[in-house]
Amino acid sequence: MLSKAIPCRLWIGVLLFLSLTVRADWEVNMTPGVTEVSQQVYDLHMIIFWICVIIGVVVFGIMFWSIIAHRKSLGAKPATFHESTTVEIIWTAIPFAILIGMAIPATSALINIYDPSESDLDIKVTGYQWKWHYDYIEEGVGFFSNLSTPSDEIYNRRDKNEHYLLEVDEPLVVPINKKVRFLVTANDVIHSWWVPEIAVKKDAIPGFVNEAWTIIPEPGIYRGQCAELCGKDHGFMPIVVEAKTQEDYDAWIAQRQEAAAKERELRDKVWTLEGLMARGEKVYATNCAACHNADGSGIPPAFPALKGSAIATGPIQNHIDIVLNGKPGTYMAAFRSQLSPVELAAVITYERNAWGNNKGDMIQPVDIANMQTAE
Amino acid sequence: MSAVLESHDHSHDHHGPAKGWRRWVYTTNHKDIGTLYLWFSFIMFLTGGCMALVIRAELFEPGLQIVEPEFFNQMTTMHGLIMVFGAVMPAFVGLANWLIPMMIGAPDMALPRMNNLSFWILPFAFALLLSTLFMEEGAPNFGWTFYAPLSTTYAPSTVTYFIFGVHIMGASSIMGAINIIATILNLRTPQMTLMKMPLFVWTWLITAYLLIAVMPVLAGVVTMMLMDIHFGTSFFSAAGGGDPVLFQHVFWFFGHPEVYIMILPAFGIVSQIIPTFSRKKLFGYTSMVYATSSIAFLSFIVWAHHMFTVGMPLAGELFFMYATMLIAVPTGVKVFNWVATMFKGALTFETPMLYAVAFVVLFTIGGFSGLMLAIAPVDFQYHDTYFVVAHFHYVLVPGAIFGIFAGVYYWLPKWCGNMYDEKLGKLHFWLSFVGMNMTFFPMHFVGLAGMPRRIPDYALQFADFNQIASVGAFIFGTTQLLFLFIVIKTIVSGKKATAEVWDNPEGLEWTIPSPAPYHTFSTPPDVK
Repeated sequence: MLSKAIPCRLWIGVLLFLSLTVRADWEVNMTPGVTEVSQQVYDLHMIIFWICVIIGVVVFGIMFWSIIAHRKSLGAKPATFHESTTVEIIWTAIPFAILIGMAIPATSALINIYDPSESDLDIKVTGYQWKWHYDYIEEGVGFFSNLSTPSDEIYNRRDKNEHYLLEVDEPLVVPINKKVRFLVTANDVIHSWWVPEIAVKKDAIPGFVNEAWTIIPEPGIYRGQCAELCGKDHGFMPIVVEAKTQEDYDAWIAQRQEAAAKERELRDKVWTLEGLMARGEKVYATNCAACHNADGSGIPPAFPALKGSAIATGPIQNHIDIVLNGKPGTYMAAFRSQLSPVELAAVITYERNAWGNNKGDMIQPVDIANMQTAE
Repeated sequence: MSAVLESHDHSHDHHGPAKGWRRWVYTTNHKDIGTLYLWFSFIMFLTGGCMALVIRAELFEPGLQIVEPEFFNQMTTMHGLIMVFGAVMPAFVGLANWLIPMMIGAPDMALPRMNNLSFWILPFAFALLLSTLFMEEGAPNFGWTFYAPLSTTYAPSTVTYFIFGVHIMGASSIMGAINIIATILNLRTPQMTLMKMPLFVWTWLITAYLLIAVMPVLAGVVTMMLMDIHFGTSFFSAAGGGDPVLFQHVFWFFGHPEVYIMILPAFGIVSQIIPTFSRKKLFGYTSMVYATSSIAFLSFIVWAHHMFTVGMPLAGELFFMYATMLIAVPTGVKVFNWVATMFKGALTFETPMLYAVAFVVLFTIGGFSGLMLAIAPVDFQYHDTYFVVAHFHYVLVPGAIFGIFAGVYYWLPKWCGNMYDEKLGKLHFWLSFVGMNMTFFPMHFVGLAGMPRRIPDYALQFADFNQIASVGAFIFGTTQLLFLFIVIKTIVSGKKATAEVWDNPEGLEWTIPSPAPYHTFSTPPDVK
């Protein structure tokens, strides 16, 4: 999408293609996005693009004119000039002046993006390998957001849907026309939280908190992806932001708070093996199957099998320890704070009783909750 | 000492090269070592290229079909490391070895035994690095920029091989740089003042200083990683009081000058070639030298433009944005000087000139996208997308690689005494030109449209341009086998070249016969 001669031809080529193909998607430019900041960034991008095009046309114009007109085969005789201080000063000064012209709008855009004024809503965004966690700090609501594209689509066993790789189970929900502040951090490696349509990209760095903000003026669904290489499934941790009107947002947050209360209730009740197994299968599919496979066969050697493994068929306490605390030096993450007590109890019970691991034992959510708080 | 007393006949024995493998292992001759470097870098270029083709094959369409994400990440990492440290840098050192002594009228490099050592440790470094591909946990998979903690706490155990490999490569580069500086500053023929040196020698002198300044920083950062992984330190771990962002600061303090290390010698090559085929002296020699020095200086104070999204304070963002934009000034001066050299010349377009002209045009396009990336607020949208991939491939492929091709075609007749096949050379150029643009131009589009880099699979709207890029990559890749064929054909059966080779080229290397004798300039030549 840069300048001059070749690009121009390419642009024309692209336009031709556009007119010929109906279903092909030939998006060639940055999105202007939906916020004031994203529009400002887009305008700046276009200004600088066109300045580059103009410089390119002039410089390459002179060059190609020399190529065409000053050929030896046309009988050109070489001139003998080879230096001029005046010319050197001119072509140092002009670019310098152009750069100052670019720096002014760039500086004001940057100052705008760094606006430190108070926000209406604070959301903590935490990057995990390979999913996002959102915490509504004041509201006491928090949840993980996982890729929801089925692996059948990824492995070409089924047609890919329109939002392939850009869809999640639980989108981040924000109200429109409110200044939302994102406090971005990570739990393991560096990730980067990026939604192009609101022009927010901030690195999520373990142990540090970065800030970013947005004011979204209209309801809609805005999709993005992790932008910093974070390991195996870096390409599979999308971001979906759903902007809602204030009423819809309030209703949503109330419903989430209610669900959280229900979750506490579930934690305290006594579960049956069947109940835990059913719940555990779902938890396993979202959190464990990526590495250990849906049938528990793993991807050795990095990701060991669980089917018939010493951990899943040995003493239950070892099994609980490894799920809660992870295994340092391997890919096995600590799920202590990533999953709820119900989910942890369910998934451990499931792993001990699925795929022929018929241990028949189980652990209650309330016991897990006690272990979570004890350590 | 007794050798001095021996007869003339006896000492004559030492003049020719040894026979067989001993010639190459024991050699201290700058031409032999230059040849070794160039062949080594070409092997690495094909190796890294195959990895790029694995990447492009996987990205031909959405979905996972050829490789798993794990292996995909190993390929992107190894492709970057091998191309930077194995292909581009050794190729330039090879050219420096061959050409600097011949250009300054020196009999050889100043430190010939160290020259041998600095080459011969390289195969070991890359054997270490490549051996990780066959290990249980696989090769490094954290990107060629190896950001901590992905490359420390969360790395495969093979990271240690990678660290030692980088140490050895660094030692090799530092020795090479010391040798080049010592040669240029001490072995010039007496009449060649600094401001009479060919620009290739000037750009390499500056590059060598950059290498000495930053390779120890790279060695430092990998050593800190080694300490974090094996000896319980916490340089890059917040849990122990360290900071992952410190890694990026140290890495890019090396990394940014590094990108100029990969382009300045190409500037030098192009500055030799354009005047020859324009039949006109290089325009603005003095300003070229000053512009190169300014670029080298500025390269030390712009590193954090790679890190605009890590959460720097506003003042930091502004400083690095302004400093980065400034680089456009001396770079512009160079481009203007090349164009002014061509202006009102008498141009012909042999293969070296085609590559040099393509260099100027396409490198400038890479420069424009570089200027766009320098604008911090807009970089928030470009950062870590394919727009960045397009940018740095535009400065590295038609920049560094085309510069190397131009240089090889230009000086190959001098090295082996035979002319390359002009028709095949032009075919190689046009196929490379089309393949390269087809591969990397669409990456600007998908990057702007929002495709992150280093992903093995992508959303459907990026499919069409990725398909074009993959086809282009295979065209560009297979074309390089043609280059191998052309070079071998030239060495084996090309028609004899004259001493001058080209139409009245400037420089001492054209005053000696083709092929250049094993020993040249035993007595210092005169300079006009």
